[in-house]
Amino acid sequence: MGREKLRLGFNGKFHERDVEIAAGDPAPWDPSQKFSLLGSRVARLDGSAKTTGTARYGIDVRLPGMLYGKILRSPHAAAVVKALDLSAARRMPGVKAAIEIAKPGETVRFAGGEVAAVAADTAEQALDAIGAIRVEYEPRPFVVDPAASRKADAPPVFDKKIETKTSAGDLPSAQKALPRQGNVQGPRSYAKGNVEEGFSQAEAVVEGTYTTQVQTHAALETHGLVARWEGDELTVWASTQGIFSVRDELAQVLNIPASKVHVVTQYMGGGFGAKFGARVEGVAAARLAREAGQPVKLFLDRKEEHLATGNRPSAVQWVKAGATRDGKLTALQLIVHGNGGTNGGTGTSGPIKNIYGCINVKTDEYDVFTNAGPSAAMRAPGHPQGVFALEATMDELAARLGMDPLEFRLKNDPSEVRREEFSIGAEKIGWKTRDTRRTTRNLAVLRGVGMAAAVWYNTGGTGPKATVTIHRDGSAELVHGVQDIGTGSRTMIAIVAAEELQLPLERVSVRIGDTRMPYGPGSGGSTTTPSSAPAVRAAAYQACRKLAGLVAAEWGAPEADVLLTEGQFATRDGARRIAWKDACARLGAEGLSATAERAENHDDAWKHFTAGAQFAEVEVDTETGLVRVVRVVAVHDCGLVVNALTAESQVHGGVIQGVSYALYENRILDGQTGRMVNPNVEQYKIVGSRDVPEIEVVFLPVWDGINNTHSVGIGEPATVPTAAAIANAVSHAIGARVRRLPITPESVLELIDQKRAGVRA
Amino acid sequence: MKPFALVRPATLAEASREAAKPRSELKAGGVDLLDRLKEGFDSPERVVTIAHLPGLDGIHAGPPARVGALATLAHIAAHRDLRRLYPALADAAEGAATPQIRNMATLGGNLCQRPRCWYYRLAEFDCRKKGGATCFAQDGENRFHAIFDSDLVCCCLHPSATAVALLAYSGRVETVSPRGRRTIALDDFFVRPTKDAVKENVLEPGEIIETVAIPAPAPGARSIYRKLKEKESFDWPLVEVCVNLTVAGGVIRDSRVVLGSVAPTPRRATEAEAVLRGARAAPEVAARAAEAAVAGAKPLKQNAFRVRLARVTLERALREILA
Repeated sequence: MGREKLRLGFNGKFHERDVEIAAGDPAPWDPSQKFSLLGSRVARLDGSAKTTGTARYGIDVRLPGMLYGKILRSPHAAAVVKALDLSAARRMPGVKAAIEIAKPGETVRFAGGEVAAVAADTAEQALDAIGAIRVEYEPRPFVVDPAASRKADAPPVFDKKIETKTSAGDLPSAQKALPRQGNVQGPRSYAKGNVEEGFSQAEAVVEGTYTTQVQTHAALETHGLVARWEGDELTVWASTQGIFSVRDELAQVLNIPASKVHVVTQYMGGGFGAKFGARVEGVAAARLAREAGQPVKLFLDRKEEHLATGNRPSAVQWVKAGATRDGKLTALQLIVHGNGGTNGGTGTSGPIKNIYGCINVKTDEYDVFTNAGPSAAMRAPGHPQGVFALEATMDELAARLGMDPLEFRLKNDPSEVRREEFSIGAEKIGWKTRDTRRTTRNLAVLRGVGMAAAVWYNTGGTGPKATVTIHRDGSAELVHGVQDIGTGSRTMIAIVAAEELQLPLERVSVRIGDTRMPYGPGSGGSTTTPSSAPAVRAAAYQACRKLAGLVAAEWGAPEADVLLTEGQFATRDGARRIAWKDACARLGAEGLSATAERAENHDDAWKHFTAGAQFAEVEVDTETGLVRVVRVVAVHDCGLVVNALTAESQVHGGVIQGVSYALYENRILDGQTGRMVNPNVEQYKIVGSRDVPEIEVVFLPVWDGINNTHSVGIGEPATVPTAAAIANAVSHAIGARVRRLPITPESVLELIDQKRAGVRA
Repeated sequence: MKPFALVRPATLAEASREAAKPRSELKAGGVDLLDRLKEGFDSPERVVTIAHLPGLDGIHAGPPARVGALATLAHIAAHRDLRRLYPALADAAEGAATPQIRNMATLGGNLCQRPRCWYYRLAEFDCRKKGGATCFAQDGENRFHAIFDSDLVCCCLHPSATAVALLAYSGRVETVSPRGRRTIALDDFFVRPTKDAVKENVLEPGEIIETVAIPAPAPGARSIYRKLKEKESFDWPLVEVCVNLTVAGGVIRDSRVVLGSVAPTPRRATEAEAVLRGARAAPEVAARAAEAAVAGAKPLKQNAFRVRLARVTLERALREILA
């Protein structure tokens, strides 16, 4: 297609760029484009199916002759499986299959690690049967406290090389190039400029240590799948963020061709990063089904979900920052010890490297191994932690300089989008009056306002394909193998196709969630929309052009001269017109189809990191230490918003999860046994409806031209700054620096006491 | 889950005989029992349900009040006369758990539910509450454990919110057992772990609460129930307080002060009661009484902050009621 001049930018400020457009791909929309659907508030296509209970999730699937699988887990934090005897379990009522997962001689490295599995006619029989499995364990010394694990005499989590069962989307545990001493691996180092020099130039320097907890994903639908073999072909109904990655993992582990594995996910109850692969439980279900010759359903219970399916690693971050008297950052430094249990990949350096402009930056990331459930990617890995430490440091440095924290950030933020977002958010939260609002009529209660920045990177990528078929009755069918994990992808792609075809939404049927469809991206890393939407638009565009070609041929006009405008094809001069429906009536029963691939990102368009800014207002009861988040203003770059309703919903979810992380969620391990003591949703506390603040969402439309829809994902950035903004708001309220999450009543009281006693925290 | 026989007796007397049989568990709303069955550390052979028995869910506000053991927390919270006469009981019932649970949970069940200690609630910990040899919380994760009587053999918290209010109101439970009927004052109802760590109350096998009786409020009575929770939605209290005062001529003539979620039993704060009795009915006494209430606290490693929360919550409740 060649090069096109695009107008790119935001907020009425546009610049022109020459951008190479791939053949067959429509050029990104111009800011002058009038949309009929895109950007409006569209209710989910599957909303009524979900609210009336007719939507069938993986966990709802029941097949004739289906068995129930159950996994036996180690009660020991570290133990060698000396012997494993399944024979008694096989003889239990209803049992049709039993398999080893840990082989005798293998070490189980956390309480909850998988040992064996059975399948039986009923879930109750399966539960009874795992109780009949005889396992001889040789318990080993273990360590679950990350601080203790760093000591030289700590029991080694891995004796020799690091072994972890990995699944698609897991954080990498062992990195070849990294040194390891005892249970500490690293550092993974990054340096830009020279921090020593930067600190020597600084006129104000602050440093602090920031501690964050382990958060589990706790998706409403637990991990699992239903597996059915027909001959040598396997079909699974999975609760997954990636039907194609589940397919590939099953094919690889079971050593069968990927072409013989079929994965279906029509509805899905949440993932947050831990559901990309088949994982141990999915492979176990497939093995049990093969052994039994019957379908097997294996979904985990809530306890297993907490123990073994992933989590956001905890971290201890030491941050040092320096600035000149006029408020320019001169050096930023981070040393982090992250703890992902038996997994690594626990770094938090993204924010400190990618938010503020500073020429001297140094980061060193260490993974600390413990005998605890392995971490997995979780909604913006490393970022809520990293932003918490960085943004507390920014506030502290601003205070040291006697500057307003907002002004200090504006001075150091190279992102013009985020500077605009900071200004919008500051206005909405009433930043200027935050100091005068600190005291309330209730003398025990103080109010505080805090802010934090978000950064994210992904703009989607190639791979996805979509097929659009136009039928002779004028309706259209869109087939695209993406799964909708609750974010609204089904509705989002329907909007894109309907917009391109200028059809009402109800004239477009959407089929998703099946590996027999054209490839769809995994739903993670905020890449889904910017990966899927451009493929869908391209397919709709190409189908439309084919139909235009038919019309042009009939008219004897050049194809390029026939355009679809306001629901009819017309020549450029408007001399000839035909309604969409009448044009379609010329098609045969086969209709007309186009399959398009997502084009490469436009490297010559306006590349920039996804920016966000959140502001939180809190109330702190200074006598009880209890914190209530009153209000959050979330200002985000979501590119060009496809569906304002579900995009807002993503931000609401991100903020709510961030409130939960800031104040409540905490995996608690018993040091005496290494077991988790709160593997439920009663004592593992997740924010409830009465604890949710008022949330105001503002989107700043950004026309970046990276793909043909200017679309950007929002799942990650929405949760990146929330906890940091809340922590800064609490610090503002009480006049003492919060350095630990979750912000508990006792930690707040301790800070207040220290401040009264004149101790610098 | 071990299979069990569901026994549906025709009368309370029959229920009592059935429940007295070995390895039987009584079920009313079934909220707590279901939790224990699912976790697998309680596996009765017989579950004797009384949920269907007629006439056990009545609420007669009186005064004196008589509340059937099967009255739900939701009904207690919504009963206007009961709330007017015994506001602390209504507030305790209304603030517990979630709307769904309050619709199922009964007053009898709320009084007799087992503790929420996480070591007790997990089958893999053979703790003293289950008859084992160890209290894992003593040296373990004890943020949500006792701040009074924490050095006893078991340092769990008593979980009943209504018990806190009923103890403050000098309530009594009327029971039926194979040996007949009896009335037990709430003051004598709870069992400290030193006496028996595996039970929380004096009920004998097969003994079932039929009615809870609450004396008429004395002239000049004022009462209040307050608690603190980390979360406002579905959370167990960090501390609860209930105060029942009789004020006459500007002077506190009588007082009952109860602390909840602080010890293995609901705890009368007799030290605070002594400070209040005879004091002028004005907010000034609140701080001194609250101080006295927590003077004997023995917190564990992780829960000293809850001593402070108990003091603050009691002081605030007293200020509110004496304002």
